[in-house]
Amino acid sequence: MAKIYTVSELTGYIKTLIERDTVLAGLWVKGEISNFTRHSSGHMYFTLKDEQARLRCVMFRTENRLLQFQPADGMAVLVAGRVAVYTKSGEYQLYAEQMEVAGIGSLYLAFEELKKRLAKEGLFDQARKKPLPVLAKKIGVITSPTGAAVRDIIRITRRRFPSVDLLIIPAQVQGEQAAQSISAALHRANTLADLDLLIVGRGGGSIEELWAFNEEIVARAIAASRLPVISAVGHETDFTIADMVADLRAPTPSGAAELAVPELQELRRRLLLMTERLNIAGLRILERKRNRWAEMANHPALLKPQRWLDIKRQRVDEAEERLARSIRNQLEKARAVLQKELATLDALSPLATLQRGYSICRREEDGRVVREAGQVDPGEEVRVILSRGELICTVNRKGEALDE
Amino acid sequence: MNKAEMREKSFEEAIARLEQIIEFLEKGELSLEENLNLFEEGIALARHCRGRLDEAQGKVEILLGVEEGKAQTEPFQPEEEENTGE
Repeated sequence: MAKIYTVSELTGYIKTLIERDTVLAGLWVKGEISNFTRHSSGHMYFTLKDEQARLRCVMFRTENRLLQFQPADGMAVLVAGRVAVYTKSGEYQLYAEQMEVAGIGSLYLAFEELKKRLAKEGLFDQARKKPLPVLAKKIGVITSPTGAAVRDIIRITRRRFPSVDLLIIPAQVQGEQAAQSISAALHRANTLADLDLLIVGRGGGSIEELWAFNEEIVARAIAASRLPVISAVGHETDFTIADMVADLRAPTPSGAAELAVPELQELRRRLLLMTERLNIAGLRILERKRNRWAEMANHPALLKPQRWLDIKRQRVDEAEERLARSIRNQLEKARAVLQKELATLDALSPLATLQRGYSICRREEDGRVVREAGQVDPGEEVRVILSRGELICTVNRKGEALDE
Repeated sequence: MNKAEMREKSFEEAIARLEQIIEFLEKGELSLEENLNLFEEGIALARHCRGRLDEAQGKVEILLGVEEGKAQTEPFQPEEEENTGE
């Protein structure tokens, strides 16, 4: 019989389903605030809504005390947070971590506008994405030389594939000059002949700190890169324009290192497997070679030369016979075709028409074919050509055309 | 393929060619002569690939500047765990 769940078990199950989901683990939601209340504990409870749906939200005191504005019913906002299940009421809700007023001046709008524009230009198209080398000899890493990102990338590439060379191309990854600095580094990296691959990125931070990776100049520098680019910006949940333009998006700098270099052990295994297959195929070739010799030793030409020659001669005779037969066949076919064509010609010829009882009338004077009564006068001579023979006639009278 | 050509070949090109050779050999549709030539090339490729995997520890450098298309670099050692922001 099917298992019977308690309410707690079912709710617990749904809770794990929802909380395991990577999208629900961190996302931005836009909507309008309604039913806003601030509990005496300092936590905020409200509903986000749009035309079709509602979403329960909670923002705890630790998060909401950082808010720069006072949320209120009717306000359009962007909320970042995770979706989880509140077991007691069996409801899912958004646990808000950040909130911004949606509207003019919002970074979000600038992001959406640029994203739309670059998408229209085709900068995010899959077809544009360059394949990554299986085994890069030298990787350029565009990031801050003092951050956690560069440390993670060095550590992980070393562990996976010690012989790969890394060139750190220093760039400012936050602040006013960051976008300019990153795109300059991308251009510089592309002038170097010995790099196979670029990683561009930085560790986690606030949306403002990551903003350089949402700027057009960086997007365009990535798009223009001759070398394949892996982007690695912030955490798993941070999605930047740079990520969309890059040939491959890594969730984090460590992730980028894993995508950039293969695991040495894995490659060794693969190569070993191929070498084995090669050797087996090689053995088989040798075996065939040996068989071939055996075959030749048993060849009739060596064993009974006279008999073998007889067989060959017989084959030549047979071939001649076949050739002659084939030529005969072709001649017969050609004759049949010719006859058919002659018949067609006959049907079109005026002689065939005459045979059916028609005749041709020409003026005797100049031989012109008479098509209308007006072409001749009474007393003139005409020659009437029949299927067999002809008549020389004199015109007595002219009649009217039948249809007049 | 001579040795210089082999050195220039990227790892993935070598692996791809090796894969192709093995498939040809396993199908066994070529002449004995062609098979033997391919087999020899395959062995050389496998050796070349293994060489790439056995290469010594790579370098970590930082770019100081580019002069006339040449990278000016120096060895790079990341700072220890402290600045985790960037």
